[in-house]
Amino acid sequence: MDITQNYFEFLALPVTYQLDLQALSERSRELQKTLHPDRFSHLSDRERRLSVQYTAYLNEAVSTLKNPLSRAQYLLKLKGFDTFSESQRQLDPMFLMQQMELRESLAEISATADPEAELDALRATVEQELRSLREQFDKYYQQSTPSSFEAAAVCVRKMQFFDKLGREIEALEDQLFDE
Amino acid sequence: MALLQIAEPGQSPEPHKRKLAVGIDLGTTNSLVAAVRSGESTTLPDEGGSHLLPSVVRYTEQGVVVGQAALSKASVDPFNTIVSVKRLMGRGVDDLKGLEGEAVYRFTEHEGGMPYLQTVAGDKSPVEVSAEILRTLKARARASLEGELEGAVITVPAYFDDAQRQATKDAAQLAGIKVLRLLNEPTAAAVAYGLDKAAEGVIAVYDLGGGTFDISILRLNKGVFEVLATGGDSALGGDDFDLALAGWFLEQLGGKEVVAGESRYLTEKARWVKEQLTDNPAVAVDLDHAGQKISLEVSRTLFDDLVEPLVSKTIRACRRTLKDAGVTIGEVQDVVMVGGSTRVPAVRSRVESFFERAPRIDIDPDRVVAVGAAIQADVLAGNKPDSEMLLLDVLPLSLGLETMGGLAEKVIHRNTSIPVARAQEFTTYQDGQTAMMIHVVQGERELVDDCRSLAQFVLRGIPPMAAGAAKIRVAFQVDADGLLGVSAKELSTGVESEIQVKPSYGLDDNEIAEMLKASYSFAEDDMALRNLREQQVEADRLLVSLEQAMLTDGEQLLTAEEMEHLREQMAILQALRNGSDASAIEQGVSVLSQASDFFAARRMDQSIKNALKGHSIQEIEGES
Repeated sequence: MDITQNYFEFLALPVTYQLDLQALSERSRELQKTLHPDRFSHLSDRERRLSVQYTAYLNEAVSTLKNPLSRAQYLLKLKGFDTFSESQRQLDPMFLMQQMELRESLAEISATADPEAELDALRATVEQELRSLREQFDKYYQQSTPSSFEAAAVCVRKMQFFDKLGREIEALEDQLFDE
Repeated sequence: MALLQIAEPGQSPEPHKRKLAVGIDLGTTNSLVAAVRSGESTTLPDEGGSHLLPSVVRYTEQGVVVGQAALSKASVDPFNTIVSVKRLMGRGVDDLKGLEGEAVYRFTEHEGGMPYLQTVAGDKSPVEVSAEILRTLKARARASLEGELEGAVITVPAYFDDAQRQATKDAAQLAGIKVLRLLNEPTAAAVAYGLDKAAEGVIAVYDLGGGTFDISILRLNKGVFEVLATGGDSALGGDDFDLALAGWFLEQLGGKEVVAGESRYLTEKARWVKEQLTDNPAVAVDLDHAGQKISLEVSRTLFDDLVEPLVSKTIRACRRTLKDAGVTIGEVQDVVMVGGSTRVPAVRSRVESFFERAPRIDIDPDRVVAVGAAIQADVLAGNKPDSEMLLLDVLPLSLGLETMGGLAEKVIHRNTSIPVARAQEFTTYQDGQTAMMIHVVQGERELVDDCRSLAQFVLRGIPPMAAGAAKIRVAFQVDADGLLGVSAKELSTGVESEIQVKPSYGLDDNEIAEMLKASYSFAEDDMALRNLREQQVEADRLLVSLEQAMLTDGEQLLTAEEMEHLREQMAILQALRNGSDASAIEQGVSVLSQASDFFAARRMDQSIKNALKGHSIQEIEGES
């Protein structure tokens, strides 16, 4: 397998943050039809194993590119900025303060009069923030200078915070309305 | 060169020779086998004309009885008659304590915590019991199809974890069945409905069987069935409805203690009442219990109230799974009902009101899974080279590793498309640490103790370093059946350790070999012959596929030298294959496989290029 090919090339898609998700899933389907182990089930062991590896690579490529956060991280990695495995980097105190406040309101939601409405409001805030961070990221990424990639990496780190908060909102919702 | 191409790629070189492949639904209550004949998939009946084989195995001193004959003795001979063995698959002794109603068996704990059932014919593992059911179905298929089976697609609940899947595959191996694929039951049902032909869109499959519940959300597109998310409960089913009603019976009887046979008597009565209530608003039942006779009237309303908490549990799972799939109720175009328990009117009406549409019930919910599995088996055996159908599944439960403090660190999240390979790096926590325990778990909870333990192994030979200096890379690989393999490697030295995950409650390969041996009356000869035959089949498979690959792509992708070299290697294997030395053939297969690996890789790259050809040209044109 040509591992030197990046995910975009592997899927014959242009290297861009504004990815056409429809095209992504079409390419993915076409390649699945060629590569999936079920296409090799009546062939030799060797070919089956090879096809498992290829399909796993394809699935990894698709899931990385589909998610806006990991897609941003992947683009930066191609430019030499690895935000996948870095441990906590310093973010500005204003941002951290805001995060603390949001977290506090999440923690207090179950005690409010209308938790469902509060959760929806909080979710809307998180989505709004994520949208604007994605726009900023794209802008910095397209400027394509070492300092703009640095700024794009800061966007990614902030997205990670909001992404995590979003997942916690989902978890709390399950907990509150499932039982 | 094209003139020489006498067979279509992917087709058997002898087109008239259709390969026999079946679909098997190994159910909690009933099992079925189906096959595609004259283009249509149908379930196969036994000589008495019945299609459903009760999943009941009875051990007697004279031998093993499977099916209806065993079922009829279930309450007379409870310890030797195993019902609902599917609920025991891949489970440890501790898990069983939580399973009400299974308490009737006497278990022996064997090495590794796997529970064995004590019977008059000795201790039997759940895998062996399942293998008996599979053997019966295999014999039925052989008799109806008049030939040797190429293999089978066996269905499992989508929500089965790795241990349960592995146990199912082991049972098939024990029964001498080659598994073409472990297929998720809801996906099989979607295939049976032929939804690929008509639909493009999102469907939900609600599958409530005897002992398991699954909900799957699938997206269909031009023959591709893509599972978006799956959820459920591998210990919730119609059996629990019976138990709820049996519990009520017991209350009416004054709540006396019951022994095994009597509790089974009450659940059988309960099942009968449940079935009657499908078409009647109320049913009268006579109970003869501990010398006491009473008559009770059970209304559908009463029954609905008793099972309400169970039905609600399934609806909650539906809601969560829709969310995981990122799909709203309005986007769901069709709801398909699977499993005998969906006949319960309360289930139908709750599903209908939740999804805001009438569910589809036009195919017999007991047979639909086997029918779908047979269609897939026919494709996988290579009988339909032009089929566009492709079934893409997801991992039902997250896979992870134990880290410091008994926490589970997820490596692959649930609902990730499979096959998938992923690695994570870990480090040592003590100075001079030379070994590391790798504990693989499955489940969604934070604490290892709340997840299912799949396997433990130790990576040794790490060079002594300061704490945190060693880098250990643990790689997970999940295949299309949802089965996991794990390897670990210390990166600075390359010390490696690899295991095929054999679940903590599973059988290891030696145990399976032992059981296989025991199951043949002429043990040694039979085993040797069988082994030889298997190796020959594998050699043929490789030779045929290579021959075809060379015809199609040899000219284009191989140099004359490479071609000649491969030809020589193939001749060597052909010669070995015609002999009778199984291990020499095995060796030969491995040599030729390695020698042809580069060719297989080139072909794969070639097909990727072909698959994307049109697009690359468009994009280049678009940019210029």
